[in-house]
Amino acid sequence: MDMKRHYYEDVQLFTSGVIVFWFGAFIVFLALFPFVVKNYYVYVANYMAINVIVVIGLNLLVGYTGQISLGHAGFFAIGAYGTVVLMSKASFPFIVALPAAALVAALFGFLLGLPALRLEGPYLAIATLGFGLTITQIIGRIEFFGGRQGLHTPELTIGPWHLDTDIDFYYLLITLTVLLAVAARNLIKTRVGRAFIAIRDADIAAETMGVNLVMYKTLAFAVSAFYAGIAGGLYAFVLRFIEPEIFTLLMSIMFLAMVIVGGLGSIMGSIAGACLLSWMDLQLRNILSIPYVGLWLEALSQSYFSITGISNIQYIVFGLILVLIMLFEPLGIFGIWIRTKKYWKTWPF
Amino acid sequence: MLDFMQMIASGIAVGSTYALMGIAMVIIYKTSEVPNFAQGEMALISSFFAFMLLDQYGLPYHLAFAAALIFSILLGFFLEFSILRRAKEPNVLGLIVITIGIEMILLGLVSWKFGADPKSMPFPISPWESFAIGNVFVSQLEMLTLVVALIIMVILFVFLRYSKLGVAMKATQQNHIAARIMGIRTNRIMMITWGISSFVGCVAGLLIAPTTMQPFMMWDPLLKGFAAAVMGGMTSLPGAVVAAYLLGIIENLFGGYVSIEFKSAVAFAIIVLVLCIKPSGLFARHYIKKV
Repeated sequence: MDMKRHYYEDVQLFTSGVIVFWFGAFIVFLALFPFVVKNYYVYVANYMAINVIVVIGLNLLVGYTGQISLGHAGFFAIGAYGTVVLMSKASFPFIVALPAAALVAALFGFLLGLPALRLEGPYLAIATLGFGLTITQIIGRIEFFGGRQGLHTPELTIGPWHLDTDIDFYYLLITLTVLLAVAARNLIKTRVGRAFIAIRDADIAAETMGVNLVMYKTLAFAVSAFYAGIAGGLYAFVLRFIEPEIFTLLMSIMFLAMVIVGGLGSIMGSIAGACLLSWMDLQLRNILSIPYVGLWLEALSQSYFSITGISNIQYIVFGLILVLIMLFEPLGIFGIWIRTKKYWKTWPF
Repeated sequence: MLDFMQMIASGIAVGSTYALMGIAMVIIYKTSEVPNFAQGEMALISSFFAFMLLDQYGLPYHLAFAAALIFSILLGFFLEFSILRRAKEPNVLGLIVITIGIEMILLGLVSWKFGADPKSMPFPISPWESFAIGNVFVSQLEMLTLVVALIIMVILFVFLRYSKLGVAMKATQQNHIAARIMGIRTNRIMMITWGISSFVGCVAGLLIAPTTMQPFMMWDPLLKGFAAAVMGGMTSLPGAVVAAYLLGIIENLFGGYVSIEFKSAVAFAIIVLVLCIKPSGLFARHYIKKV
């Protein structure tokens, strides 16, 4: 039943009517979401949507092309600073500034992709990590970019509309997220996506089959950086204020963690992983207010640990998640989903 | 000229801690091909263990430091046995993710227990009193760091080259199935490797702790040590050491003559440049993958 008989079946965006139905239902849900929940949850949804964009982009690089990046906070920062600077200093409209900043990020992605052509494994990890750290250091030292004080994000206007509440911004953000997610899925189904996957599975074999490694590896970096740049530009409007200390190595690690938790090489997995970890991130920031567990942790902290450091439990939680996922379910949420599906399909057996 | 010598001297002093961290990473990478991002936090938790013994239980220095070193070895054993060995055929990305996970757990534990504010580590030698060699001022702690680093390097070099265990480690690295057939217990070798590496990291941590003591103190030495290890080729101990001292010196010279602000960014620029020219580091033979 999963057999493909025609090339078109391999490249089509929706493989069955059921998927079209669920996709439509999901879109309706997203459209109605702000009307039924409190304002805080709209903010949470915005935060999630931004992470979803970055994580989809990072998954194109890590999950589909098989490269490692520990520097995505750098691209994220370029997007955020690019958008804000273009809007406030060069008075570009938002519609132009956001893609322009993302293209700058993509250019940096292309440049980082060049040394990455010759590097793999730990070498690539340290090179991308160094890039991420260097970018924020440089931005933090240049007065034009606000230096250590940071920059205030200007008002967000698109044509005649003023987007000044979380709900207005939510619609912009969700539209972009859905578009970018569909675009990523589409990309994977094309010639380019197949080249990415071939490079991941065996780069030398791919090269002998005629895949241009130079072009597709740098392209993967550029596309991934473009996604991070868009997300960064939007993140500036969620925070309304940006400073270099936001874009740390820890942020790059969190992006990678979201990819891993969601599942390598899966767009749906990326969405799930990004939503889950962003939700946990926001919840763990005020850990004491979680019912039952909060009280128990408070008692534990007072007797064995310190109460001032209790917010650092989030590191332990995320670290445990990373280790356990890698040990027991290397494909993350996507892997669990695949297994459940298989189980029910063949059920009594 | 005086400034120049002074910068070289401080570069060498900083380079010693980078070198220790770099060596610790190389030892693990050589035997098990794990790029160990948790190295810094393993050293961190051991140093805070020493701090706790000194500060809360009032142990004398030699006991506390010895306990911390033993703790670090046991920690290395434990991490290898309980986590790394359980990973089934992981790829490089998987190993990086696992070690980052361990790093975050250890970091969380330390900062939960001790809070994020800086502490002052009691230490037998003052980190601020310095003496002059010619016209160059070197603090006592810097001198101690350099001497300890050199002693550890020599011991490790001799140990890895001439002892039975060192040869077994090399065999495990080259072909662990063949090593196993020859009667080497590769699992045990891995554990010992992690123990040794954790020990070296702990020494670095104890030497860094008197100047800065807070949960993020090991990030910079770890990243620079890792950078040096990568620059030296990831599998070569002398390579990592030379690269670490080079990094320390270049960083200080750059800070002194060009711009103090971009001092720590320059290390990574150098790494990227070196890797562009020699993709597997300065001191490793280029390994070509056969299909």
